[in-house]
Amino acid sequence: MEAFTTHTGRAVPLRRSNVDTDQIIPAHWLKKVTRDGFEDGLFEAWRKDENFVLNRPERKGASVLVAGPDFGTGSSREHAVWALQNYGFKAVISSRFADIFRGNSLKNGLLTVVLDQKVVDRIWEVTEADPTAEVTVDLEKRQVLSEGITADFELDENARWRLLNGLDDISLTLQNEADIVTYEAARPSHKPRTIDA
Amino acid sequence: MGRTLAEKVWDDHVVRRADGEPDLLFIDLHLLHEVTSPQAFDGLRQAGRPVRRLDLTIATEDHNTPTLDIDKPIADPVSRAQLETLRKNCAEFGVRLHPLGDVEQGVVHVVGPQLGLTQPGTTVVCGDSHTSTHGAFGALAFGIGTSQVEHVLATQTLPLARPRTMAITVEGELPDSVTAKDLILAIIARIGTGGGQGYILEYRGSAIEKLSMEARMTICNMSIEAGARAGMIAPDETTFAYLRGRDHAPQGEEWDTAVEYWKTLRTDDDAVFDAEVFIDGSELAPFVTWGTNPGQGAPLSANVPDPASYEDASERHAAEKALEYMGLTAGQPLREINVDTVFVGSCTNGRIEDLRNAASILDGRKVADGVRMLVVPGSVRVALQAVEEGLDKVFTAAGAEWRHAGCSMCLGMNPDQLAPGERSASTSNRNFEGRQGKGGRTHLVSPQVAAATAVLGHLASPADLSDVRTPAGV
Ligand code: SF4
Repeated sequence: MEAFTTHTGRAVPLRRSNVDTDQIIPAHWLKKVTRDGFEDGLFEAWRKDENFVLNRPERKGASVLVAGPDFGTGSSREHAVWALQNYGFKAVISSRFADIFRGNSLKNGLLTVVLDQKVVDRIWEVTEADPTAEVTVDLEKRQVLSEGITADFELDENARWRLLNGLDDISLTLQNEADIVTYEAARPSHKPRTIDA
Repeated sequence: MGRTLAEKVWDDHVVRRADGEPDLLFIDLHLLHEVTSPQAFDGLRQAGRPVRRLDLTIATEDHNTPTLDIDKPIADPVSRAQLETLRKNCAEFGVRLHPLGDVEQGVVHVVGPQLGLTQPGTTVVCGDSHTSTHGAFGALAFGIGTSQVEHVLATQTLPLARPRTMAITVEGELPDSVTAKDLILAIIARIGTGGGQGYILEYRGSAIEKLSMEARMTICNMSIEAGARAGMIAPDETTFAYLRGRDHAPQGEEWDTAVEYWKTLRTDDDAVFDAEVFIDGSELAPFVTWGTNPGQGAPLSANVPDPASYEDASERHAAEKALEYMGLTAGQPLREINVDTVFVGSCTNGRIEDLRNAASILDGRKVADGVRMLVVPGSVRVALQAVEEGLDKVFTAAGAEWRHAGCSMCLGMNPDQLAPGERSASTSNRNFEGRQGKGGRTHLVSPQVAAATAVLGHLASPADLSDVRTPAGV
């Protein structure tokens, strides 16, 4: 997992609440055999409308999604997080996230930032008035910055530590490499092997 | 205080234990198949990680493989893509793979034991819930999700919280007509589909000790249908005899050392289980399911239950819904339910002993008009053994279809499916709505009941057949 310290990028203001994971990535995309290539499925139904904010030329290359409350409700599919990341989003800001979505996103290194709806409103206004306006998400300081906006956010210490260090479950286990090696060395030789190694 | 079998195997695999953290367990054997592995390999690739222990990893193709025309390209593009992805991943990472057409190919839970890879006192995982099958050898074996598959590929370990233990003790002599399948269906009906939740089950008692390895696998296989994470049976002489001489079983001195260790795994007399269930095996009879979960079963001699007879409201509601889906009415004798299809196979009942049992009943008899019977061996090895014994001829002479190895109609990911409204007697493990094909209706049965049902066209046991055998034989 990539470490997340601070990120600055343009924003996509998504003025919708209760965006569920079926809207983020429809079910028929789940047959895919990879973790990438989901970018075209992201908000697939809405993107059929050329005026949908993601389709606007001035939003091209934006990397911070600023969404309405209750983002990521519905099914637990991890594909929703993959789709946002595949598309190029590094962080999602909302006043409220569904629990499972939030867990999945932090596990995969997509930073989900909870801000007061009043602050979200102001970021919407700023980035709608000026599509080139940048938003900075600083995980070290736990702060979101944009033109005239400085807002603190909370994130539990363990999740923050993992993101700052780019540690996924596997990396964490690999920190115990020495224990694994010791165990392996003491394993009886009668244990089965699938190939001679 | 003494320890249970499960606790001993668990303790022997703890790589790291720390307060407030789950135990980090070492995994002895990781089995892979095409459905749950693609994103795991993809994760490794993205992180630039290798497979840590190729010598403890093995893959086979089973869920999507066709059972006819296996030399032709697979028609369904999604199935084909999943198989091709597995092949590509195994080649790239160096994982041993037994693809369609290979002599060791088959359902992953049939392949592991027959190669001798599944051994007592090992930890076995696979991205598949029926990994519990391997517990029949006294292994701690359980299904995992795709992110855990990636975790095991990368680290050969898993952080896990220790489950509780439940003893299921079966004493008494099982009547001749009662098979392992009947026993496990009766156990699930008794404790319910959630009864084993949070537990590792240990099947024990004199009736269990008398069972063959294949029968023990049938029992442990369906632990998951009782909601349990895993099911285990203590290794004994039956286990050792099954393993001796298999490809990956220990040889020479190593064998003796291994057996000595395996013998220490039995639950200590003073060990305490968190829960206990007792079953009198002598009271059991052939068992079939009437509903849409494996806990909705009854003795074959019974009638379809009346939902109104359930005190619990949610059970009553579930029974009403099940009868509606299954097209059955309360009070109807189970023996009078006609079927269109009979399926013998799957990781529950697709091993050689299961085929022998089905064949012994079909020998000299005919599948009823209008009934199609599919016999799908659990692996290529099982198929070859069956051919050597002439079982394939018995099946085809009776009018059954002899197919190629794979999961087949157990879940209908390949073309072997029920049509909407069609009804099957199936030796598989799940009778969920649509499991064997959209709108399909499934009755779970033993291989013996499946064969008798095929002959009579309605749910039946071999005892119902006494007068219809033609003496010809094969
Ligand atoms: S035979 Fe059925 S239960 Fe067994 S692994 Fe295949 S699909 Fe799963």
